[in-house]
Amino acid sequence: MIKTLVCTLLLILLLLSISFAQPVPSTDLINNAKEYDAKIVVYAGEVIGDIMQRGDFAWINVNDGQNALGIWANNSLVKDIVYTGSYKSTGDTVEVTGVFHRACPEHGGDLDIHAQAIRKTTPGRSVQRKLNPGKRNLVIVLLGVLSLIWILSLFKRK
Amino acid sequence: MILKPPLGDIKIIGYYLGKIIIGLALAMLIPIILGLSAAEINPLLDFTIGLEIALIFGLLLTKLCFTEKDPNWMQGMIVVSLSWLAAMILSAIPLYLSGHYKSFLDSCFETMSGLTTTGLTLAQDLDHLSYAHNLWRHLGPFIGGQGIAIIALALFMKGSAGGFRMYVGEARDEKILPNIIQTARFIWLISIVYLLLGTVALGIVGMLSGLKPQNAFFHGACIFMAGFDTAGFAPQSQNILYYHSAIFEIVTVVFMIAGSINFNLHYQLWRGNRRELLKNIETRTFLLSVMVTFLIVSVGLNKLGAYSGALTLFRKGFFQLISGHTTTGYMTIYAQQFIREWGNLALVGIICAMALGGSACSTAGGIKMLRVGIIFKALKQDIKTMALPERAIVIQKFHHIKTLFLEDKQVRGVLLITTAYIALYVLGALVGIWCGYPVLDSLFESTSAAGNVGFSCGITDAGMPAILKLTYIIQMWAGRLEFMSVFALFGFIWAAIKGKR
Repeated sequence: MIKTLVCTLLLILLLLSISFAQPVPSTDLINNAKEYDAKIVVYAGEVIGDIMQRGDFAWINVNDGQNALGIWANNSLVKDIVYTGSYKSTGDTVEVTGVFHRACPEHGGDLDIHAQAIRKTTPGRSVQRKLNPGKRNLVIVLLGVLSLIWILSLFKRK
Repeated sequence: MILKPPLGDIKIIGYYLGKIIIGLALAMLIPIILGLSAAEINPLLDFTIGLEIALIFGLLLTKLCFTEKDPNWMQGMIVVSLSWLAAMILSAIPLYLSGHYKSFLDSCFETMSGLTTTGLTLAQDLDHLSYAHNLWRHLGPFIGGQGIAIIALALFMKGSAGGFRMYVGEARDEKILPNIIQTARFIWLISIVYLLLGTVALGIVGMLSGLKPQNAFFHGACIFMAGFDTAGFAPQSQNILYYHSAIFEIVTVVFMIAGSINFNLHYQLWRGNRRELLKNIETRTFLLSVMVTFLIVSVGLNKLGAYSGALTLFRKGFFQLISGHTTTGYMTIYAQQFIREWGNLALVGIICAMALGGSACSTAGGIKMLRVGIIFKALKQDIKTMALPERAIVIQKFHHIKTLFLEDKQVRGVLLITTAYIALYVLGALVGIWCGYPVLDSLFESTSAAGNVGFSCGITDAGMPAILKLTYIIQMWAGRLEFMSVFALFGFIWAAIKGKR
């Protein structure tokens, strides 16, 4: 009875420590990969590129502003991801809890995280980019210069 | 006595430089079309500005320096070396305007890296770069890999001796077809046919890997251009690791090897002469060199226990090794892992592979397999000469498209270029050490830049000193042009300053 109680308490403490753990930066994970190998880590960043479905699982790549890391996750964990980062959108920001692998034996030695939980912290959005008036004006001025040179070259030929 | 170059020389150089710049300007129409179709309005403006500036310079040069004379050897070489510098600056304009580079020097670094098929990058936030800008990054290697002057030869010239001089200036001394214009057009034909096949192959693999169809084919085209042209750029910041796919890696390895093969050998294969592949000195040397360097890498990785299984070790070790040896620079590991996990022995294996490089008359960099093979043949000849009686005449032959006799003049030329490469690797490393980086890291990065490889162990970064950025730019430029055109330009500048009328 006491053993069960102690085990339950330890499990709760472990879960609490994970849920309140600070995300580890990608540079830290890459530079100290041996220390983090096979351990549960929390990693946060923007989902970028495509969500690549592979059967019941999917690969997502999460960029924390320093590097992007590959996250191997069950399809059910990535179903809430709506936006992924590209030129036209800012991807959803997620917090991934999972097992870190320095050289994953399941995935050909890739440095990756096998997700146990993914939480969307900030939703992404599509980015509306307005026409840059400075660039537009420069295009017009340069077009004028180009036309002038072309016209002058016609005279020179004559 | 050194003579000051006459005005006529400058006019000839200016005229042909102008033609090449117009060719480069026209190439900017490709990202403009993509920008239009993808509704990327500001990138569209960036490329329009780049195109207009390039056209202004090109038109001014061709009109002010108009001539009907052919360039001589010296002028041809200077046109080539100047055209690479002009292409670097003009191609950098749209990239700089994208806002993804911290300075204009960084965008010049990026374009020189692309044009010389190196693949070192200083792009910021690459994962949010527009399609148009990303395509331009990958078009750089496709244009530079085949040769900037070759575009001009294929498009604007009708056949001249001057064309051959510019062709040679771009480190191509082998005529595939009797006419140099036909040779230039054949090189472009091969490249475009392979581009179509490669894009389709990688596009299908990308779709099977889970990419959206439009992304799969866009990435396919980009990866092919930077893979076949041994550049190593990729549309995403994780490089090939982004795809998490063994099949994608295998297909990429095939294209990297294809890109590092001599165009002359491609021509023989197109003609059905498959035996040439087995007999050629370059393929034999490449095979031997890959085996030796892979052995070094494997022993190094195994000693440190970097990867748990043999298959994993092979997948990571072989991919990186082939990528380095073909001077592509695609990576399936993070840059920091080279230093922190691979250990010195494996790094030495990779540095040797990068330094040796791919084939002559290909898009690959480094010393080149033909030169390495010739050095070994010369060594063999010398050993035989020493072992045999003094009166014996030792003849050494080698097979490269046809059977050739080894000549002292040829060996001297090969040793001269090889020495220049080694000096360039060491000089870059010394600058790195002077900037405060460790010895092995500096040598690794320097060899990668001068050999036009593109591997990084973490030194190449927007925050690195400007002097190191400039050093790598010069290394990439001199390494790609194989020195002669660069020496010719320096000689011309020296004569212009110090020469007498």
